[in-house]
Amino acid sequence: MKPLLSARGLTKRFGARVACRDAAFDLWPGEVLGIVGESGSGKTTLLNCLAGRLTPEAGSVTYDSAAYGAVDVHDLSEARRRLLSRTEWGFVNQDAREGLRMGVSAGANIGERLMAVGARHYGDIRRTASDWLSRVEIERDRLDDRPTTYSGGMRQRLQIARNLVSEPRLVFMDEPTGGLDVSVQARILDLLRSLVGSLHLSAVLVTHDLGVARLLTHRLMVMQGGAVVEDGLTDQVLDDPQHAYTQMLVASILPV
Amino acid sequence: MADDAYNYAYLDEQTKRMIRRAILKAVAVPGYQVPFGGREMPLPYGWGTGGIQVTAAIIGRDDTLKVIDQGADDTTNAVSIRRFFAKVAEVATTTRTDEATVIQTRHRVPETPLREGQILVFQVPIPEPLRMLEPRETETRTLHALSEYGVMQVSLYESIARHGRISKGYNYPVMVNGRYIMSPSPIPKFDNPKLDRSPALQLYGAGREKRIYAVPPYTPVKSLDFDDHPFEIETWEQCCALCGSKESFLDEMIVDDDGKHLFVCSDTDYCERRRTLPEAAE
Amino acid sequence: MYVAVKGGETAIAHSLDLLADKRRGDRAIAELSLEQIDQQLGLAVDRVMTEGSCYDRSLAALAIKQARGDLIEAIFLLRAYRTTLPRFGDSLPLDTSAMVAERRISSTFKDVPGGQVLGPTYDYTHRLLDFSLAAAGDRPAAPTAPADTNRSLPRVGDILEREGMLEPPPRDGASEDLTRRPLTLPASRPVRLQNLARGDEGFLLALGYSTQRGYGNNHPFVGEIRYGHVPVGFVPEELGFAIEIAEIDVTECDMVNQFAGSHDVPPQFTRGYGLAFGHSERKAMSMALVDRALRAEELSESATSPAQDEEFVLAHSDNVEASGFVQHLKLPHYVDFQSELVVVRALRAEVEARRRQAVLDQAAE
Repeated sequence: MKPLLSARGLTKRFGARVACRDAAFDLWPGEVLGIVGESGSGKTTLLNCLAGRLTPEAGSVTYDSAAYGAVDVHDLSEARRRLLSRTEWGFVNQDAREGLRMGVSAGANIGERLMAVGARHYGDIRRTASDWLSRVEIERDRLDDRPTTYSGGMRQRLQIARNLVSEPRLVFMDEPTGGLDVSVQARILDLLRSLVGSLHLSAVLVTHDLGVARLLTHRLMVMQGGAVVEDGLTDQVLDDPQHAYTQMLVASILPV
Repeated sequence: MADDAYNYAYLDEQTKRMIRRAILKAVAVPGYQVPFGGREMPLPYGWGTGGIQVTAAIIGRDDTLKVIDQGADDTTNAVSIRRFFAKVAEVATTTRTDEATVIQTRHRVPETPLREGQILVFQVPIPEPLRMLEPRETETRTLHALSEYGVMQVSLYESIARHGRISKGYNYPVMVNGRYIMSPSPIPKFDNPKLDRSPALQLYGAGREKRIYAVPPYTPVKSLDFDDHPFEIETWEQCCALCGSKESFLDEMIVDDDGKHLFVCSDTDYCERRRTLPEAAE
Repeated sequence: MYVAVKGGETAIAHSLDLLADKRRGDRAIAELSLEQIDQQLGLAVDRVMTEGSCYDRSLAALAIKQARGDLIEAIFLLRAYRTTLPRFGDSLPLDTSAMVAERRISSTFKDVPGGQVLGPTYDYTHRLLDFSLAAAGDRPAAPTAPADTNRSLPRVGDILEREGMLEPPPRDGASEDLTRRPLTLPASRPVRLQNLARGDEGFLLALGYSTQRGYGNNHPFVGEIRYGHVPVGFVPEELGFAIEIAEIDVTECDMVNQFAGSHDVPPQFTRGYGLAFGHSERKAMSMALVDRALRAEELSESATSPAQDEEFVLAHSDNVEASGFVQHLKLPHYVDFQSELVVVRALRAEVEARRRQAVLDQAAE
């Protein structure tokens, strides 16, 4: 088996500040990798480098594409990278407004990826959109409503549907439950967990919330000051943290 | 205007060459918007400066020019542009579609089918078909370069979801040669089918936005739609009150205080020909 | 029987006659001469030259006369004339430190080498209508000091720059000519400055003002404003050395703005620059504010306000373009409107049919 995504020596600077230093890992098919750390630890920078949204100063990201075979994400032409990112990949933003078109209906939001790759049957697109709406537990009769009329949790579920409709193999998630009420968070976590399992998705998830990491991820990378200080199986890292920083995180956030 | 104060056809020869190069590039890449160094013309921006520059760059003394606005030869702006070229380019002018070699138009394609060798010059206010969906030029150029046209289809989807049909009446977007989405300028969608594989050369000039684009003869031009909501043109229950045509685009007028409506051909030459030559009406 | 309206040609001819008549007004009143416009409406001439991008007082005066005082129309007339003129080449950059200044102020230092020169300004006039102007009558000449053409007038910015307090002028990109090439984005600073120099004074004033009210604040100080005469140098190819071809009046504004600095760069003041033909301080200052605002990205500031948005500012600054496109709405749009009518009628009919059907269904139950 080949890893789906491999990072080697990824380094990204902003001016003199090193936001991410020498990050390396392999992500295997069906695996969910968590990146945890405090804000400013470099986890979102790393995620954006992985997804091709930021160009690193050094290092490489290799993705095993279904369409093109193994490709270096940062060597790809912009055209091909954008195509990958709306077919084989998904990206769930913390703020759903950034990942949705707020001015058009939920159906159009879900249908966009299908239309972008050539779907031209209105009825079929609508049916698929409606199915996805119900899969993310939104009433089908909200299909023609705009996301502006949705609650925060519904918007996040709509964003997930908009990403998953193209049946991506790899999804990047940046604090997908951040800024939501605890009860709403729980529902989205349940939904994500079942979708990841049933669709056999691989995912890279950035979160500062170790509870979210425990629930969703198989493996964890702990980042501090731009560097990965510890990594391993999620349960292992959380139950028996080795690095002092991880111990501090676990102690402060998980009063078990 | 003193005869020797300005060059033939108003523009200096260097400018004409620059515009011709842009036109050639546009013809070579159908539907692609070529930036050009648009000049300040003695007519206001938005009143046909792009079309006038294109016409000025291609016109010669042997040409016969027809100018229409809203399909009519006698609307004030058409008259004004025709007078301009009669003066600065000393060309013959006509109102007859079949006699013209160059037809400059705003908002219509003539009803009379065009033939090989004719050039139709469109005046274009907003050349970018994605502009109302994405206001940034840097972004729309990227979308065209990468053929990322999902957003346009999204707008059509939304129209059906909201209204039950695609509610766009004019400036209806088209796909040119299977590659570039293009704005046909604000012609009614009624005219879109006439653009498809037309034997005439279509040149589009946007003066304020400084873009030229083209559809060479016999190029496929497809109006965007969905398989189960195919593109349709406008139809009228009425026929032209003057010539009786049932096939032409009709203008509507309010003729009395009670709001009585009357419909007549928007293409004045077509209408007149049908009335004066009975065989043309067959 | 309906007869379509014809006769556009005659109507236009009559309209032109009427316009000429209106322009002249009451024949019993003496006609304005171009010299009168140049001398007594000089600031209008300055604005038309600036935004018309053509330094010629008598042509600008003619345009103002022909446009009946509508300055945007006059700018349009001058531009349409300018575009037909042959190009001989680029002049040398103006050396404004060689300016014979009529006015020169700095609000960053109480005194500066060369001194503060108040000169002619409305700044300290009380805005009371001067009814004595309503009657004709000559005024005595104002006393003036003899112009000291040898006085050196170093720019305040240069002095600050030598201390390292102010960044050196950003030099990026060769000068291009917007009136010959289409605007491409992102634009180089020279292109941006040309666009702003030609831009509408009112538009730039409002944008500059918006930066002072929190929409992209960059803490400006007037480093210096100077107005006066500067020579224009040109190197003819056949000569190979510079000759002086003209002397023109310009207003220059150097705006000095705060900059917090970054990890690598110690805090330093940054520049915004404005230049206008003639005496146009409002324009030069507004231009300098907007120039600085547009450097947000270059200086790694977050660009969130309209004045910092290059595409927005550069695409909408030109009043000849804006005026044409706004006013083109007067042209007939019968055809587009008819398409809309057909669509809207069809949509209304469908809604109506559904409503009727619903009523029938209800009655049937």
